[in-house]
Amino acid sequence: MENEKVTVNINGCNYEVGAGLNVLEACRSVGVEVPFFCYHPKLKVAGSCRMCLVTIGTPARDRATGELLKKEDGSPEISWMPKPAIACGTKVSQNMHVVTDSEFIKSCRESVLEFLLLNHPLDCPICDKAGECKLQEYANTFGRGESRYIENKNVKPKKVMVAGKIMMDSQRCIECSRCIRFCREFIGRSTFSFTKRGSKTEISVYPNSDNDSNYLLNVVDGCPVGALTEKAFRFKMRTWFLKVTDSICGESSAGINVRVWSRNGKIYRITPRRNDAVNDMWMTDSGRYIHYRFEAKNRMSVARIDSSPCDLGYAAERCLEILKLGKVAIVANAWQSVEEMFLMKRLADACGAKIYMISHVGADDGKLLSADRTPNMRGAFLTGLLDSYPPKDFKGLGAAIDAGEVGTVLCFREDLKDFGLEQKQLKAANIIYCGALENNISASAKICIPLRTEFEKNGSWVNRQFRIQKFNMAVQAPENTFADIDFLSFLLSELEGSHFDAPSAEDVRAEMAKSIVAMKDAVHIPASGLPLDSSQFASVDFPEEDAMHYSRQKK
Amino acid sequence: MAIVVERKKLGFFERLYLPQIISGLWITLKNIFRPRVTLEYPDQAPVLPVGYRGAPTLVKDSEGREKCVSCQLCEFVCPSKAITVTPGEIPADSQYAFIEKAPAEFKIDMLRCIYCGLCEEACPERAIVLQNNFSINGASRAELIYNKTKLYAEGGVLPDKIMKWKRVKDNAELEGGSH
Amino acid sequence: MSYLINQTATCMPALLGTADCSYADMALFIVLKVVFALAAIIVIMCFAALSVVAERKVCAYIQGRYGPNRTAIPIIAAIPLVGNFLKKNGLMQLVADGLKFLLKEDPLPAHVSKLWYLAAPIMSLSPILICACLIPFGVWWDSGGAAHPLAAANIDVSLLAVLAIGALGVYGAIMAGWSSNSKFPYMGAIRASAQVISYELTMALAAMSVVLYMGSVSDSPLSLFEIASAQEQSWFFMTQPLAALLFIVALFAETNRLPFDMAESETDLVSGFHTEYGSFKFGLFFVGEYGHVALGSALFIILFLGAWNPLPYISYPESWGWISTLLGFITFLVKISAMIFFFIWVRWTLPRFRYDQVMALCWKCLMPLALANLVFYMAIAAI
Repeated sequence: MENEKVTVNINGCNYEVGAGLNVLEACRSVGVEVPFFCYHPKLKVAGSCRMCLVTIGTPARDRATGELLKKEDGSPEISWMPKPAIACGTKVSQNMHVVTDSEFIKSCRESVLEFLLLNHPLDCPICDKAGECKLQEYANTFGRGESRYIENKNVKPKKVMVAGKIMMDSQRCIECSRCIRFCREFIGRSTFSFTKRGSKTEISVYPNSDNDSNYLLNVVDGCPVGALTEKAFRFKMRTWFLKVTDSICGESSAGINVRVWSRNGKIYRITPRRNDAVNDMWMTDSGRYIHYRFEAKNRMSVARIDSSPCDLGYAAERCLEILKLGKVAIVANAWQSVEEMFLMKRLADACGAKIYMISHVGADDGKLLSADRTPNMRGAFLTGLLDSYPPKDFKGLGAAIDAGEVGTVLCFREDLKDFGLEQKQLKAANIIYCGALENNISASAKICIPLRTEFEKNGSWVNRQFRIQKFNMAVQAPENTFADIDFLSFLLSELEGSHFDAPSAEDVRAEMAKSIVAMKDAVHIPASGLPLDSSQFASVDFPEEDAMHYSRQKK
Repeated sequence: MAIVVERKKLGFFERLYLPQIISGLWITLKNIFRPRVTLEYPDQAPVLPVGYRGAPTLVKDSEGREKCVSCQLCEFVCPSKAITVTPGEIPADSQYAFIEKAPAEFKIDMLRCIYCGLCEEACPERAIVLQNNFSINGASRAELIYNKTKLYAEGGVLPDKIMKWKRVKDNAELEGGSH
Repeated sequence: MSYLINQTATCMPALLGTADCSYADMALFIVLKVVFALAAIIVIMCFAALSVVAERKVCAYIQGRYGPNRTAIPIIAAIPLVGNFLKKNGLMQLVADGLKFLLKEDPLPAHVSKLWYLAAPIMSLSPILICACLIPFGVWWDSGGAAHPLAAANIDVSLLAVLAIGALGVYGAIMAGWSSNSKFPYMGAIRASAQVISYELTMALAAMSVVLYMGSVSDSPLSLFEIASAQEQSWFFMTQPLAALLFIVALFAETNRLPFDMAESETDLVSGFHTEYGSFKFGLFFVGEYGHVALGSALFIILFLGAWNPLPYISYPESWGWISTLLGFITFLVKISAMIFFFIWVRWTLPRFRYDQVMALCWKCLMPLALANLVFYMAIAAI
């Protein structure tokens, strides 16, 4: 069924399209644009906006014999439907004829838009949706251009706060019901509904239904107009100024595909990116705000030795000297990219260090927030940093320090103090702290190296499905910070004596593909990610539960 | 192909050159007694034509409401990137809270501005207007980055015939709703 | 003034050796000569300075502008009427420019040959100052009724001396161009020398026809005073119009004024021979150029425009004594001013000739005409 094809004639040309598609998807798959508001590929069809009207015809059959009728020139006779049909609610069939560009269809769209705009306030200058608003785009492309409406517009509630994070403006609403359907179908609990009738219909919120769902903001992305806008992004920046970077959400091992919207080095918002194998078109609300972590004032801005600021290169060289003394332990973390982990493994081998990691586990919501709250635990397994799921604290490291086996701790990002090391253990060892933010140990660390956040570097993570996915640099890193890859490769080139100078993430992946079998194809990763062979880790006890596009049993 | 230009054959007096010199001298002599065309600028004010594009300013309407709703179209259209708008929300206790949006800060770098007037053209609210001030000067660079206060002081009031937002409000009150 | 004239009168016989005189008289005579020479130089330099202002003002008026009218010297500008007059007419601008020339840093480029480089501006200006002493600015009569020139030095061959010494000014340009050790000044100097040599010939030939005529009426036909005195009735530009025309054209070329300023020619030679000069040294060239104009004007007026006589066939009567002298002097100065205006007027009317046109005009047109003119008057004189 999935691979079955049917022939459909769209605007006079025959195309092979997948059977079972609706006409709208069929048209889009061959590059014919059909405008729509209420249709959403991941939601049920509602057919409420009537924007996708097309003329549809099927081959005519003789009523008596059931045979296909032919015209005089031999081509099949088409029986056209007398009225236009909605493309989103019609499935394709063999030899179906579709017309999307006739004058009639154009006038249909014009009229539909005129009706939609009757009560629309046209306050684009103050609307956050402007620039990415379907109504705005279609009004420009398919609309009449002028209003004939001279009566007063209906007045509906504006500035209604929903669940503390959405601003609702019923007046802008075009009653597409996407938000209603999303809440019912994905969250499983109704939040929005229509009230009143006819032209007075307005979108409303169920009384006392403060929805605490972690997915509610997806209705903002879904809303084709500015009726639902995000409180946190309200009046912050117009969308057309923002640069879009494809990235991956680092909130959990679900590996949600996201877009990072930034301008002049400041991230304004994060929205989901469609990936039918991972997150469809959704993401968690909490994941939208993880960039706030790095806007915090405790960003480490300068390298330090013994708490006094110094040159970055000098700090790195001192770091190297200490590492050469031996008795090194490396504390890695699962926010690091696969490339960094690969280099770290080589670094550990080069200085005979043991690698310590801990797990960060939270509640699994069975959708897109998985139990493992780090994005790249699978990467640590693939690169050989780990062979079993790590413990929750650094007691092992503490014991090693007490036993005198460890004299230097090269710690990346993790807060040793919060996770099991005691003050005297911290004092007993030379702590080299590398990270983007200050934490409990950075103040007393021997050397502090400021690193970059995941929004400031390129790399890739392996999510819970063992799918390797790329994230890209969204904003420029502050001066005097090291990219982890550069720092690690600097240490490596000095310790190994090899020439491995400031490689790109791609270079490291090429190196990795040579030595790690599972990664052999993962040099150029497509935008939708690349599933890796995970059979050798089937015995590992991962904490994630079954969720969207993921099931434990498979492993 | 070479183009042969037909030259006029010069007569004796023309070849003599002196009559031409004398007629030239006569022309320059007449010019001495013609009125001067120089505008002595700091003493005499120039007469600015209608539609003159001087410094961009922000204006208020006749009610004293700031017209800018910080849609940032001027910032977008500005070819020299002179405009920086920081959008903000109108506080709920303001009588204009129903308009929702106003600039928290509005900066025009007069050193970058090229007086092209595209911001005025792009403005959907007719809030930014290039007026007649052409003498823009300051003692430091920072002084020439005009902020919102300065821009409104320069702009003054521009009477508004359409009163779009007032109509929105009246309509809402007519329908029994309120903003 | 009259005191000076009288003193000179008493001392005059001493010079001529017709009367006994004491050493004291002799010393007084020398002092007076120096004073006279300085006065002549001052007159010429004043003209040079004022013509700078005139140049800027006239050019502005021709072009419909106001010219310099803003510069104000604080205290002087506050004087009612006078201050405003000086300001509006750009006279304070003159002071400001002069001060600037004096006070600016005086750089000496590293690549020049220093001696000639330093000597050039002096060489450019000094011949003009020497010539100024030879120019008779008027006439006065001693108690015996004999006419004497109002000149620092009255010599028989003053015309010859003025032409000879005046032409030395071009050495300044040549020295500047050579010593600057730079392309454009060098080309400017080459042009200046070629042009001056060529037009000097025409100029001398044109003057020669006047001298030819003077030979028939005077014992010392090369004396400027004699030439001037011969024009109490008709002026020479009336009897010898072609010579006058040739002389004035050659004068433009001699003084490097437009349309013949080949040596400067800023469009193709940056600034010609004084490209490498700045501040005070440039100022000397600048003043030298205008001094040359003033001197040339004086020479032309003496030769063709009736010197200190107000109008053809009208002269100030001898019987008025020193009043006639004064009026004649003033008339002479007014005529020089008018000539300078003419120089400026021509400059802002005519475009510059091309270099080859300049040379062709001289050798193919002016020279033959001058020769023909001379031959014509020789024939008349012979008849």
